[in-house]
Amino acid sequence: MTTEALTSSEYIRHHLQNLTCGLQNGHFHCAHDAAEAKAMGFWALNVDTLGVSLVLGVLFLFFFRQVAKSAAQGVPGGAQNFIEWIVEFIDNSVRGSFTGRNALVAPLALTIFIWIFLMNLMDLIPVDYIPFVAEKMGLGHFKVVPSTDPNATIGMAVGVFFLVLFYSIKIKGVGGFLGELTLQPFGKFGLPVNLFLEGVNLIAKPVSLSLRLFGNMYAGEMIFILIALLPFYVQWTLSLPWAIFHILIVTLQAFIFMTLTIVYLDMAHQEHH
Amino acid sequence: MEHALLFIAGAIMMGLGALGASVGIGILGGRFLEGAARQPELIPMLRTQFFIVMGLVDAVPMIAVGLAMYILFAVA
Repeated sequence: MTTEALTSSEYIRHHLQNLTCGLQNGHFHCAHDAAEAKAMGFWALNVDTLGVSLVLGVLFLFFFRQVAKSAAQGVPGGAQNFIEWIVEFIDNSVRGSFTGRNALVAPLALTIFIWIFLMNLMDLIPVDYIPFVAEKMGLGHFKVVPSTDPNATIGMAVGVFFLVLFYSIKIKGVGGFLGELTLQPFGKFGLPVNLFLEGVNLIAKPVSLSLRLFGNMYAGEMIFILIALLPFYVQWTLSLPWAIFHILIVTLQAFIFMTLTIVYLDMAHQEHH
Repeated sequence: MEHALLFIAGAIMMGLGALGASVGIGILGGRFLEGAARQPELIPMLRTQFFIVMGLVDAVPMIAVGLAMYILFAVA
């Protein structure tokens, strides 16, 4: 705990508060509490989410590019083996569930998987380390796991959603896409019912995609924070098993986000009529 | 009174979430074992699918646990 004066609910709220900065009354500054962050309105930026996800994305691209550039014909080294293993794994997943022809899907799946995995992995850093350093640097809040911020997960899900819309219209044409939305499952005389059912189906995709990832990571972070409230001599008996279990959740949620992206894009590429 | 209701809300969220997840994962695991016993050569494929569905089933109760913890410890 950073300061002894905090009560447990204050401690929890402190840890769940993003570092929100924005333009207010003509000057750029960072909020000190949730009410102030809310007053910033639409242009409030969660600087910690943006920063950490950007750093992780650059790290991932840099590392993969470095390995790809130095790929050898002969016996591959450790790093090259590792990357090849990941790429092969993604390739198999995409081949398994994507039936159309699109060169974008496999790189997209790789990016989504590794990026979300790295973001989720930040959850395994002990909850007080980064906020402590941030406090020494004069930042009041710092939430290090980008995927516990719904802005990040909904942003990614909306990106996938736009791709689904784009390929639906590109493959089936505007008429085909609208027909899919309005003429199933009850034929043309049940048009309003069809539109309602298919519309809900369409909107549910990004919502469930983003909230599943967000909810899992948020719950995991919440439990880590609660464990951190216990006396220090019993913390490891709980945080160690939870961290080990959390490695499974971290990988699984990244994998599920990737698989569902592939499946949704596959559905966008399939012509029914 | 309101304070007590918050605790009851948290308890119901966690309890019902656990109930649904246990039934779902029980059926899922049982079918996985059945399938694996019938066709052991399909185990790698079945395991992948098992984990995908496991993640889908596990997500909602896990979210409920997180929200319940928030209600119990941060709001109440």
